[in-house]
Amino acid sequence: MLRKKECVAMLLAGGQGSRLYALTSNIAKPAVCFGAKYRIIDFPLSNCINSGIDTVGVLTQYQPLILNEYVGNGQPWDLDRTFGGVHILSPYEAKTDTSWYKGTANAIYQNIRFIKMYDPEYVLILSGDHIYKMDYDKMLAAHKAAGADCTIACMKVPMKEASRFGILNTNPDGSIYEFEEKPKQPKSDLASMGIYIFTASKLYKYLELDEKDPNSEKDFGKNVLPAMLNAGEKMYSYRFEGYWKDVGTISSLWEANMDLLGAVPKFDLRDTERVIHSRSPLAPPAYVEGKVVNSMIANGCEIEGTVINSVIGTNCVIEKGAEVKDSVLMGNTVVKAGAKVNYSIIDEEVTIGKKSTVGDEIERASKIEGKTNGITVLGRGLTVGDGKCVPAGEIIDKNV
Amino acid sequence: MASTVGVIFSSTNDENVPELTKVRSKGSIPYGGRYRLVDFALSCMVNSGITTVGMITKNNYQSLMDHLGSGKEWDLARKEGGLILLPPYSDESEMLYRNRLEGLKGSSAFLKKCKEDFVVVADSDAVYKLDYSKVIEQHVKTNADLTLVYHEHECGDVNSYMMFNTDDNDQILSIDVNQPSKGVRKHYINVFVARTSYLLNLIQTAIARGYSSFSGDVLVPAAKGGNIYGYKYEGYYQNIDSLQSYFKANMDLLNKDIRKELFGNRDIYTKVNDAPPAKFTDNAKVVNSLIHDGCLIEGTVENCILFRGVKVGKGAVLKNCIIMSENFIGDDCNLAYVVSDKDVAIGNGTTLAGCAQKPYFINKGTHI
Repeated sequence: MLRKKECVAMLLAGGQGSRLYALTSNIAKPAVCFGAKYRIIDFPLSNCINSGIDTVGVLTQYQPLILNEYVGNGQPWDLDRTFGGVHILSPYEAKTDTSWYKGTANAIYQNIRFIKMYDPEYVLILSGDHIYKMDYDKMLAAHKAAGADCTIACMKVPMKEASRFGILNTNPDGSIYEFEEKPKQPKSDLASMGIYIFTASKLYKYLELDEKDPNSEKDFGKNVLPAMLNAGEKMYSYRFEGYWKDVGTISSLWEANMDLLGAVPKFDLRDTERVIHSRSPLAPPAYVEGKVVNSMIANGCEIEGTVINSVIGTNCVIEKGAEVKDSVLMGNTVVKAGAKVNYSIIDEEVTIGKKSTVGDEIERASKIEGKTNGITVLGRGLTVGDGKCVPAGEIIDKNV
Repeated sequence: MASTVGVIFSSTNDENVPELTKVRSKGSIPYGGRYRLVDFALSCMVNSGITTVGMITKNNYQSLMDHLGSGKEWDLARKEGGLILLPPYSDESEMLYRNRLEGLKGSSAFLKKCKEDFVVVADSDAVYKLDYSKVIEQHVKTNADLTLVYHEHECGDVNSYMMFNTDDNDQILSIDVNQPSKGVRKHYINVFVARTSYLLNLIQTAIARGYSSFSGDVLVPAAKGGNIYGYKYEGYYQNIDSLQSYFKANMDLLNKDIRKELFGNRDIYTKVNDAPPAKFTDNAKVVNSLIHDGCLIEGTVENCILFRGVKVGKGAVLKNCIIMSENFIGDDCNLAYVVSDKDVAIGNGTTLAGCAQKPYFINKGTHI
């Protein structure tokens, strides 16, 4: 019997994530920390394994060091396999042609040989910048039932935000008659989630056609999907209902973290049906002495100060008299005695000096207009000196 | 470090803590919010550069095997060496091993195959952090036949099993076994080092002579005029020989210095479980406690150790408790000095209390 996989997932993880500013200065967006002990890529990888997909290609390009190390051999997601499993696919030098990934479609095109090793009937295309739990197997079942060539996962978004997304215009049976990438005048509020299932043979065909087209931007949303539609291939929408958040901006990343808080949160990580796996760090339980209200605290923390409405990542230290409010601390960060952190996102390994202040009360700061809507951002590994002040809405990428 | 193999007894004197060993062996007693006792000996061996460890099991070792798995959390899932389980091995004459000597005999086939020159044998009955490579170093330097590790502390109410009398160079002159004693003494902590060939010889001779006790029949006579040295371990040490000492060992972790000594380097390895971070609601009040990932705190928690996935209901008050994983504590409960084993559910409004000398123990899986 020939060994093959029914469905192979390809995870696009090469994006720079420029709208996360200092948070992606030297790591790829999918490796950005989320929810105190996770990284964004934990969500699509966990969804894959929870949906029975055990072969995943992770396409990396921008600053892949931390991402590569994090994914490793895939063991935290049970994706260490003798046949299949997770594989990091970086751009490579070929005999005739050497190039970086020129777009989402080109990235997959350059790795068709990887997909063909598993001879799958279907290929699932995922992106590494969304927080959600989804059963891809149900989507695959819908794809098969409809006899589709391509199925696009979509969900309803507020009409005023629809022009930020790829919008699907569909018939009552769910088939797609028009696909518009970021339309100025959207005709519907069904937004593409960037999750596609292709029948493998059709994917190969249209990627090859797209590759030959000199005018193409080599992008799924802009080129490949419209080309398939124009050629009359059977394209269907798949409606997803549940929590889904694009965490591509500072404010959406902050919101998604806050959506985890409370006994009945908007997005629940506590359900044991679909566990989100991660490379759980090895740390003792959190030591808590201070005041912790409506917050999330990961293992390894030493909390002697005050934490309110915040998400505190692994191995953070919050000293006596320090206060962290409405903020996200990604991990390994020290907030020294008397320091105040408000309405901020603090990347890993930051030191905040004694009696310094970072950000401002959410009520005032959120009125500031700017790139981050008043959220203060401190990049990885930097130090804020004792008694220093970082004003609300600043994006800091070097020591203060 | 000289090439060394490790051997760990996962089950010794289990009867001392009948509550906790009812469903498991000594080595897999949960400790400190996420660990098992065996993690200390095993992690320290790995950190000392040992890459082959034989784990002697006796009975009730399902929980231990579940914990250890392939040994990958300790980097011991290897092609060469790694973690090797040594379940009871019986020939026609015997069933389970009855004592340490027979346990060691059961592992001699494993030891014979090992190429390593030295062997460290350790129990998993205590919380401590020992660099075994230092013991080996001393062992090689003194050219001893055996090096036995001791810890100096005040004698307790319970007679310590073995205490050493040594000269200034830590050569052991005699060993007191099970003798009532007072003051600070050198207590054996059930860790010794020998040349592999020497240990194999020792076991073979002892079995041939029909000896039954490794310490009484082998170590004590050997100490008289023999070439046996003590190694002084100076770090934190707490033997788990009663529910009371178990309680103390856990509560010691609320001391910052002890916590730092044991876990500061993050090099005590254990099985990883993907629980979401601990969550504190608006009504949570937590003082001087250890809280593991997966907990949901809606009540008051003071001086407690909470393992993974403990849910503390609204208005519940927990003081000086050790609550193991997946416990459900209902609303308005009032618990003091309670040690609750895994998977326990306590209904709303329940009051339970023990004291430090005699904590109130709740069996695994109980519903109250």
